[in-house]
Amino acid sequence: MERILYFPGCALKDQARGYEEASLAALAKLGYEVKELPRWNCCGTVYSLAQDELMRHVGPVRNLIRAQEEGADEILTLCSMCYNTLRRSARFVEDPESLRRINAFMDDEPDYRGGVEVVHLVQFLEEIGVEKLARAVVRPLHGLRLAAYYGCTLLRPKEVAVDHPDRPEILERLVSTLGAEPVLFPERVECCGAYLTVPRPDIVRERVGEILRSAGLAGAQALLTACPLCKFNLEERRPLGAPRIPVFYVGEALAWALGVREIPAEIGKLLSTGVTG
Amino acid sequence: MAGELSLSRARLEAPFVRKVEELSGQNPYACYQCGKCAAGCLFAEHMDLLPNQVIRLLQLGDEAVLQAKAPWVCASCLACTVRCPKGVDIARIMEALRQMALRQGLSPVQFHLDREYPQIALVGAYRKVTP
Amino acid sequence: MDEVEVKAQPKTGMVTVYIMGQAYRVPAGLTILKALEYAGFRLVRGVGCRGGFCGACATVYRLPGDYRLYADLACQTTVKDGMYLAMLPSTPAERRPYDIRKAKPRGETLLALYPELARCVACNTCTKSCPQKLEVMEAVQAALRGDVAKVAELTFDCLSCGLCTMRCPAEIPHYHVWQLARRLYGAYLAPKAEHLARRVEEIAAGKFDGELDRLVRLGKEELRELYKAREIEPE
Repeated sequence: MERILYFPGCALKDQARGYEEASLAALAKLGYEVKELPRWNCCGTVYSLAQDELMRHVGPVRNLIRAQEEGADEILTLCSMCYNTLRRSARFVEDPESLRRINAFMDDEPDYRGGVEVVHLVQFLEEIGVEKLARAVVRPLHGLRLAAYYGCTLLRPKEVAVDHPDRPEILERLVSTLGAEPVLFPERVECCGAYLTVPRPDIVRERVGEILRSAGLAGAQALLTACPLCKFNLEERRPLGAPRIPVFYVGEALAWALGVREIPAEIGKLLSTGVTG
Repeated sequence: MAGELSLSRARLEAPFVRKVEELSGQNPYACYQCGKCAAGCLFAEHMDLLPNQVIRLLQLGDEAVLQAKAPWVCASCLACTVRCPKGVDIARIMEALRQMALRQGLSPVQFHLDREYPQIALVGAYRKVTP
Repeated sequence: MDEVEVKAQPKTGMVTVYIMGQAYRVPAGLTILKALEYAGFRLVRGVGCRGGFCGACATVYRLPGDYRLYADLACQTTVKDGMYLAMLPSTPAERRPYDIRKAKPRGETLLALYPELARCVACNTCTKSCPQKLEVMEAVQAALRGDVAKVAELTFDCLSCGLCTMRCPAEIPHYHVWQLARRLYGAYLAPKAEHLARRVEEIAAGKFDGELDRLVRLGKEELRELYKAREIEPE
């Protein structure tokens, strides 16, 4: 069994626990032993865009040090916000002077030496390859019109994008491999409003309305996301009148198709085989 | 915004513009005002200045940009950043403008913790808009 | 961590300490608390048990040739030659009101009352400033991921001295959060002590009333004799 080190992030231990459980079960089925970092801290969720805010990199780099202590050169993430902040901080400290200053500040830690790469589940699955994945599918999701909602953090900025930032296909390939029918819709790469949900719920409600209507018009029966904040907004900020499209995590759909998680009734009834459970 | 435009060397080299450049690592003069950032911005309709107008005021050294509400509506989604034909990272300029207020202990944004929020929303909101 | 060379400390004789900027000669080997009193300060606040349990005497100090700001309890730390120190007689921090009978033992409860937890940047300053050597940052992180039991466990030995709270760049009132987490743990998550419930029932049923009445009527001498002859639980 191949071993991979895993950084969960706060949401995966809390409201997105189901995403973690499903993903880890699916990866085990695919032959990967997933080991959680023995200690880890919040990634920061939003990457600082100011040039001089070294403090914002301390949390992410501390996690990279934890991976370094485990002798790993790669950590797996499930939450797209964790992926984004950790990977960008890993890029940021490729600058030797920034790394020197962060190491000097963290006088309670061994120095980070660089070289730990941060990968997201969808990249990891892409590496595994369509053929191997397809062979592992025991309950193909035939008949399900599944729309991937990428949001921001898997695609932007370009340096950390898991695919083309405007025309991504990586999740659609996964959806096809799982036997479902990928649905493209105009809003699939557009922002849900993210953290504005706290100071400006009105704006987020508008955004979520646009996204859901766009997906609904394209015929989506369910949405896939890798972001706990997108899921929160899509579910909790749905305006009246917008279509009620259920939202699932990427790892959940994967686990259904690999037969390691029960297919929820609302999805099961949409499958052409009609099979559930 | 100034009704009448008077340009001077001193104004174009205003310290606040240098500060925005320093914090953002971006050169506002690279912008040629094509408006692609504004066209693709999902939050533009809630902004008092469009993203390209924010850059324009910086180019003109107009301090009114420091009072703009636009940066506080920007969600850092980076749609403008990946689409700018001149490679200007507009989201970083928005961040610099937010930071200049936050570092003086100022924020025009009020929080309404009217319900329980997941940590992922709170961490983002606190980091982006609170001093 | 860089080792900073601190000059050899005298074990006897006098040392110089700087209290709020003023130099004082005090005997080596005194605790900071006793040195303050030796120097003439009369402590009415910022002092309590003198045994390292109450957390009242939070103190910060620096040592010559060392950039670090140390944090400790004045009653538990001996003075060092050249020490610069100041006491923090109290930490201003609001304890948000809640009804423990209605609060749920979940992360949301902690975040709803203390949303500033989400401002943590994982700088670890809190852990470095804890005189109890608690993993304070780990507790903040456990709170963020909703693990109330873990928070309670990590902060069991917190004295509420407030040093982490004064040092936190995210302005988190740690000790109030920890107290809430421990109360939630005690009320909802900790296994219930069945023998306690039984004993409470026995008391309510009047099982010990007679014995108590007898004790109340005893004279001082009789009480003293009874106390001396009491059954002491084996170690």
